[in-house]
Parts: sequence; C-alpha cells; structure tokens
Amino acid sequence: MDFIQNFPCISIMLCLFAGIISSGLRGKTARWLNTILLIIVTILSACTLLYTISTGESFVYVMGKFPAPWGNEIRAGVLEAGMALFFCIIMLLSLLGGQHKLMKEVEENKVFLYYVLTNLLLSSLLALVYTNDMFTAYVFVEINTISACGLIMIRQVGRTIEAAVRYMIMSLLGSGLLLLGLCMLYDLTGHLLMSNMKESVAAIVAQGEYNIPLIVAIALMTVGLCIKSALFPFHAWLPDAYGYSTVSSAAILSSLVSKGYIFLLIKIIYRVIGFDIFINTRIIDVLFVFGLMGMIFGSLSAIRENDIRRMIAFSSVAQIGYIYMGFGMGTQYGIVASVFHILSHAATKSLLFIAAIGLTDVSGGSRKFIELTGSAYRNKWAGVTFTVGSLSMVGVPLFSGFISKLLFAQAAVQINGKMLPALIVLGISTILNAIYFMKTVIRIYTPVEETSYPSVTFKDMKLYAVVLVFFIILNIILGISSQPIVDMIEQGLAMFA
Amino acid sequence: MGANLFTNYGEAVAMILFGIGFGNLLLQSNLIKKIIGLNIMDTAIYLFLAEKGYIAGRVAPIVADGVTSVEAYINPVPSGLVLTGIVVSVSVSALMLALTIRLYRRYHTLDLDEISTLLKKGGL
Repeated sequence: MDFIQNFPCISIMLCLFAGIISSGLRGKTARWLNTILLIIVTILSACTLLYTISTGESFVYVMGKFPAPWGNEIRAGVLEAGMALFFCIIMLLSLLGGQHKLMKEVEENKVFLYYVLTNLLLSSLLALVYTNDMFTAYVFVEINTISACGLIMIRQVGRTIEAAVRYMIMSLLGSGLLLLGLCMLYDLTGHLLMSNMKESVAAIVAQGEYNIPLIVAIALMTVGLCIKSALFPFHAWLPDAYGYSTVSSAAILSSLVSKGYIFLLIKIIYRVIGFDIFINTRIIDVLFVFGLMGMIFGSLSAIRENDIRRMIAFSSVAQIGYIYMGFGMGTQYGIVASVFHILSHAATKSLLFIAAIGLTDVSGGSRKFIELTGSAYRNKWAGVTFTVGSLSMVGVPLFSGFISKLLFAQAAVQINGKMLPALIVLGISTILNAIYFMKTVIRIYTPVEETSYPSVTFKDMKLYAVVLVFFIILNIILGISSQPIVDMIEQGLAMFA
Repeated sequence: MGANLFTNYGEAVAMILFGIGFGNLLLQSNLIKKIIGLNIMDTAIYLFLAEKGYIAGRVAPIVADGVTSVEAYINPVPSGLVLTGIVVSVSVSALMLALTIRLYRRYHTLDLDEISTLLKKGGL
C-alpha cells in the first residue's frame, strides 16, 4: 500500500482535530489554524487526485484493518479526490473573502466558534465524499446539518435564528427519510458497505420478489436527500438562510453544503443501487419534473426580489433544479453535465455572494437595488467580479456557466421524449437568468450624479480584492479548459461502477 | 398481504409512528410540538431497526454460559445502529431546544408562523 492512500483518512482526521483544538483558541489564532488546515487539506487532496489519475483506478482504505463485510472503509477515485480538492479551494476562498464582514457581524468572543464549525463542516463534507459505508454517511450528514445550522445562526439577529430553525426542520425531515430508507435497504441486503450492498441489490432485482420494498427504500433515500439539498418545493428556508447569515456562511452553504448531499446521492445511485436499476425505477421522471419546475419558479422568485442577497439565494434554487434535471435525463451524459454543473455553480455562486457584499458595503450596507445604483464605480473590483459571475450564470462563452448549459443541451438532444421539455425549459430559464442578472449589472453600472457613499480602492481591501481575482481565475479555468475536467468526471464515474 | 401485516405488526406500528412524527414535525406550528414530533419520528426508526434485528427465541450476543453457536443469538448490528442513532437524535434535539429558547426570549411566543409575521413587519 502506498503512503498516499492514507491521505483521505488523514485529511478527515486533521479537520476533526483542528475543530477540537480551535475550541480552545482565541478568534485570530483559530483563523490562522483554519487557513493553514485548509491549505494542507487542499495539498493532500491534490496529491490524492494526481495519484488516482496516475494509477488509473480507485483504491479502498480499510479502517482499522477489519476486512470487507465487517469493517468501515474509505474509498477514493478521481471524482472523489477532485471533489474534495474543489470543496477545499472554494471554502478557503469563501472564508478569506468574507473575513472582514465576519469580524463585524459576529461578537468578538464568538469568532473562534465560527472556525470550529467550519472545521467540522469540512470534515463532514470530506467524509461524505470519501466514505464507502452508508451508516457513516448518515452520521456525517447529521454532523453536516448541525454545523451548517451553526453557520447560519452565528450572526445573532432574529431573521437568522428563525432561518436556522426552519433549516433544521427541513433537514431533519430529510435525514429522517434518509435513515428510514437506509434501514430498509439494510434489512433487504444485510450489508452497510456500498460495494456489498450493490451486489445484494443486483441479486434482489434478478430474483424479483422484493422489488416493491426496494423501490420504496430507494425513493425514501432520494426524497430525503432532495429535501436536504433544497430541491424546488422544499426551498422555503433557503432565502432567509442565505440572505441574512454572514456572507462566508451564505457562500459555503450554497456552494458546498447542498452539493455534498447531491454528491452523496450520486454515490448512492452509482455505488449502492446501480445506475441501470435506478433508471428503471422511474424515480428519475419525478426528479426531472421537479428539476424543471425549480428552474422556472426559482428564477421567477428571483426576478420579483428587491434584495440582492435574496435574489442570489433564489437563483440557487434554479441552479439546483438544473442539477436534478441532469439526473432526471437518465443517461450518463446527463449525470456528467450535472457533476460539471455542481463545480460550475459552486464556483460562481460563492463568487456572487462575496462580490455582492463588496457592493452593499459601499452602499451604506443596504441591499436594496435603488441604493446599489452606481456601486460598481465605488468598488470597481467587486463590480467587475459581480459582472463575471452574472455572465457565467447567464451562460456567456468563456465562463463556466456556458459549458454546463452546453453539456445539458447536448445531453438533452440524445434522449427521446424528454428532449423537447428539457430544451424549452433550458431556454426559458436562460432568458429569466439574463433578465435578473443583467438588470442587476446595469443597475450597478448606472452612474449617479452625486452620492454620499465613499469609494474604496485596492489599498482598503487587499485580501478581498485578491480573493476576487482568484474567483475570476477559477471561473475562467472551468470555462476554458472544460474538456480535461469533463474527461476527469467521466473517468471518475467509470471508476464508480 | 393482511397476514403479512399481522405477523410483522412491530414494523407496521413503527411505520405508523413514523408517519405521525413526520406529520407533526412538518405541520405543527408550535416549536415544542415539532420537537416532540421529531423524537417520535426518530424513535419509530429505532423500533423498526430493533424489530428487524430481533429473532424470536434468541438472546443478545453475550457469551455467558459457553454457548458460541450463531444459532443462539440475534443480529447485533441493528442494536449498534440504534445506539448511534440515539446519540445523533439527542444532539439534534438539544440543538433544536436551544434554538427554541433563543426564539422564545426574543419574541415571547413558540408559534413559528407568528414569529414569521413579526419578522416580516419588523425587519431584522
């Protein structure tokens, strides 16, 4: 066994221990520890990614050396390592970009708690990405929920506490359904490890006697994870949670937490149930319909919104709809498009949240559009970055959003029956995206005659500006060199099977 | 169908309880009732697991009188899962109760809908 195979386990452990140590530190020290930790985990994940690419196959790390049907396992392939690397980068950028705001909005003696929570969140995300055991996945789903709830309510105003309660309620409904489906599947198969479960599920389907319980179990797990990742009818908690929490939390929640659950669903589809069996259950049709509805209704709500942060939050609902539409297509291409959209949306949405905070800061802290008029002249860096994010969301070439829309359209063309609705809704949703994002961009670039708000320059916000530049570079990399990334996603999905 | 339901009455009861808990957590507007619903829902799942792991006429797998045959014992894995699940559900309930206290101190009501209307009127 190569030493690199220890890296996934080491990164999860490092995050957990950093969380424990941070709870005894002061705010500033905890922040340094968190930044160093994120850089280390990024490097470890990059090594794992390079290793899996060079060997061309995934590896299984056996925890405590208990062999397969009894022990707990970690499994890493190209897709897992790539996701872990990407999550770490986005988290690092979001935390650094929102740092100045965090110091203002959170009481000083509670800042260290924020870093405890982010460390726990990262460890649970990594565990969700790497684990090969369903019950471990459930436990870390709950850890993820608890730390995400903490991230929402660390800014103590009424709205965030209410949003945190609503978030907890929806998440608990989701994890209840996930746990029930998981228990049923355990009863049917007698295993908790994903690879053993898959063999038993294939045997059950071949035998044909227990098909209905199997479908019920699959449906419960899918619906549970859909609720947790805020698919369209379950998004009531989302605008308040993303709109009023401190900006790093909003960026992390929208781009990482919901994506972690979606990634777990992909793992369940491929590694537990088997892609063909999942397609044959027709659950994908339900996902397809709700995905399409989410794409339209999320955008419509965003157009009606008069608050820039809530507008971006509603745009998330639409983008989650895209991802589930990709699942609903029921082809390999659809899933590849969805995985690419996970990356593209995570990169763009965190960029938009971080850029929006720069614009509202130079408008007296107000998020209303009328106050934001001309703010891009007062904070040029944030203005340019917000424009890049908007163009990417609308789907202009050069940026990542274009590639994911292209992949969705290509996937839609190749299936009968669903091609027309998918393409029509994709078109409508693009127009709606253009309406509300371009409206905002025009608004922030409308010059005002005289203003009482001060302008800021590079000197006032060095770290913030550098983070914005990194976000733009990340977005353009995803947009320009998409082919190697798509190849990697395909390779990773092939390793799943 | 009916005979199956009767022989597996434990599982049937667990499912009914899960439905009751789920409905309460989703539909009640009182926060304490919601938390009670949450606990009923989680406990129903533990009942389901325990019911599935138990085999009639066998005992817990603790070797006391020298019997090592597998035939004598029940499946211990579901019991382990129940223990882990209880830990998770305790911490989640504690968090929900803490949040409820926070909201009650601020708005002097436990009704989530009422709090929402207050928030809509009063801004942050």
